[in-house]
Amino acid sequence: MIIPTKEKGAEISRRDLLKKGGAMATVTLASGVTLMSFGGKAAADGLKPGARWGLLIDAGKCPEDCSACVSACSKEHGWEDNGLDTDPQWIRKVTLREKSSGRENSLPVMCQHCDEPPCVDVCPTGASFKREDGIVLVNKHTCIGCRYCMMACPFKARSFVHEQVTDQRTASPRGNGTVEGCNMCVHKIDRGDGTTACVEACQATGNNAMMFGDLNDPESEIAIAVATYASVELRADLGLNLGVRYQNI
Amino acid sequence: MERIVYRELRSTPKVWGVMALCAAFVAAAGAVVLYVEHHGHIVTGMNNQIVWGVPHVFAIFLIIAASGALNVSSIGSVFGKMAYKPVARLANLLAVSLLLGGLAVLVLDLGRPDRLVMAMYTYNFTSIFAWNILLYSGFMGVVAVYLYTLMARNVDPRALKAASLLAFVWRLALTTGTGSIFGWLVARTAYDSAIMAPMFIAMSFSFGMAMFMLVMILTTSITRRVYSPELRTRQARLLGVFVAAVLYFVIVHHLSNIYLAKKGAYESWILLNGGIYTALFWVGQVLIGGIIPMILLFHPKIDVKKGYVLLAALLVVLGGFAQLYVIIVGGQAFPLEMFPGFEVSSGFSDGVINEYTPEWIEFVLGFGGIALALMIAGLGMKFLRIVPENLSDDNVDPSLLAD
Repeated sequence: MIIPTKEKGAEISRRDLLKKGGAMATVTLASGVTLMSFGGKAAADGLKPGARWGLLIDAGKCPEDCSACVSACSKEHGWEDNGLDTDPQWIRKVTLREKSSGRENSLPVMCQHCDEPPCVDVCPTGASFKREDGIVLVNKHTCIGCRYCMMACPFKARSFVHEQVTDQRTASPRGNGTVEGCNMCVHKIDRGDGTTACVEACQATGNNAMMFGDLNDPESEIAIAVATYASVELRADLGLNLGVRYQNI
Repeated sequence: MERIVYRELRSTPKVWGVMALCAAFVAAAGAVVLYVEHHGHIVTGMNNQIVWGVPHVFAIFLIIAASGALNVSSIGSVFGKMAYKPVARLANLLAVSLLLGGLAVLVLDLGRPDRLVMAMYTYNFTSIFAWNILLYSGFMGVVAVYLYTLMARNVDPRALKAASLLAFVWRLALTTGTGSIFGWLVARTAYDSAIMAPMFIAMSFSFGMAMFMLVMILTTSITRRVYSPELRTRQARLLGVFVAAVLYFVIVHHLSNIYLAKKGAYESWILLNGGIYTALFWVGQVLIGGIIPMILLFHPKIDVKKGYVLLAALLVVLGGFAQLYVIIVGGQAFPLEMFPGFEVSSGFSDGVINEYTPEWIEFVLGFGGIALALMIAGLGMKFLRIVPENLSDDNVDPSLLAD
């Protein structure tokens, strides 16, 4: 089974409808101010055509006392959580306790890389955007720091940079007054590493609770795993078609 | 009955005193902006859970009050209540100045206010925020044209009617856009409701009328001009109706939420166990901003009780701030429900009520926005013929007031 994706065809997607309707209304209402781009599209050069990168997380294999994925992400991207409410958190460990049974569980939560990302819908400048391969990113050059994406994200996946940052990683530029979040180690994917820092760290611990891959490639390990074992999306009721799936919650 | 005469405000120590006071607040807000710009939002009380704080409460109050202030003139030009005509110019000026004050706070609280121009040329049409940029800037243009048709000589009445109708429709669109900033947030239990748009429109009617009456009372009293008691009473009664309309939407919103099991936890928190938010809701929003003003405004002797009108308008404004604090901050304080059926905990405030203690500098920025709005309105009244000099009961057509 392949994760269903939308084919471009006769059907018009909700976003297309909004965008085209909006464009038409603007041309009508304010023909002088249409010298502007129509949303952000990442250059898709050098990417695997048709790919949809995703993660599969097995909560059953994720020990509560392990946070190797969080540390690896922090090291890879140069953010630091010192426990303050203003500190960034690209990925976090969440402990769950089922109310009815008392069963406890643990799993990492990060940007879910939605196919229909609310953060992209609400961003006024198009700084929040989704690449052709499904990775949701923030363009740090066009983010004005309005934080509307943080209001809109159902997963608290985004952080606002509250102070000057130093010692930045070359591959993960950050900036005071802008919003940031998990970028699925886009620099690693683009250079062909075929994995992310969190998945590497998880595998190094031997827990193997996280898997990275192309959800659209039926031969890939992740697509086979998703096709074989039951997995769920968080907030499936919202119909966002997430790039991150969970097992054994 | 004399012809209504509009005059610039005279230069008196009181007029310039009020201006100087406003300028001082604006300057203080400017200093705060530089301070936050230098250090980052770390010096405010906002954090990664409460991302919109006190500045947004002030900004959104001013923005919706702006569209509401315009109603005072729409009632005259669109709905033909000629008694409102003499105050239409002030209503238009106030609509623009309140909007500028609100937008200033909103923009200066951005993480990167220096990049505002970015929002002008990289544009996302699916964002209601982006649409609001067009709606807000368009509003100023439309109201400016409307004001021109009110003030210029020999303007075709049809032009005035057309401009006023466009401005009225535009203001409804604008407040729909502002309410939808929240109404279209599917992620959060407190929002995600189409009622936000009409509720914000009702709030704008109420807050805008209250702000208009406060400015009118202040201006006429420091310049020794007359605010027709007949007109004041009529506006007071209308304000009472608007306050009731806001309460109606609030009741429907909460009752609908209570009916939905998935929103039950949020409702029992905000209405019963939410600490400061519950107190602000019942005491600030409902009692001070709703019930007490209605008792005052529908008082049988309201026509001779100028103090009641002043007090009621002040309470409506205070209640409005309380309401927006409950909506904006309270809505974010309640945890996001990502795992139904589970208790959750994490190092990133999952499953707990998010904490927020506003810093005083956030209030300085907010009051700076109010001061900026009043300063612009004051300068407009000082240099343009906005405020009537002889708005006595005798000069307000009683036959038009009686209906």
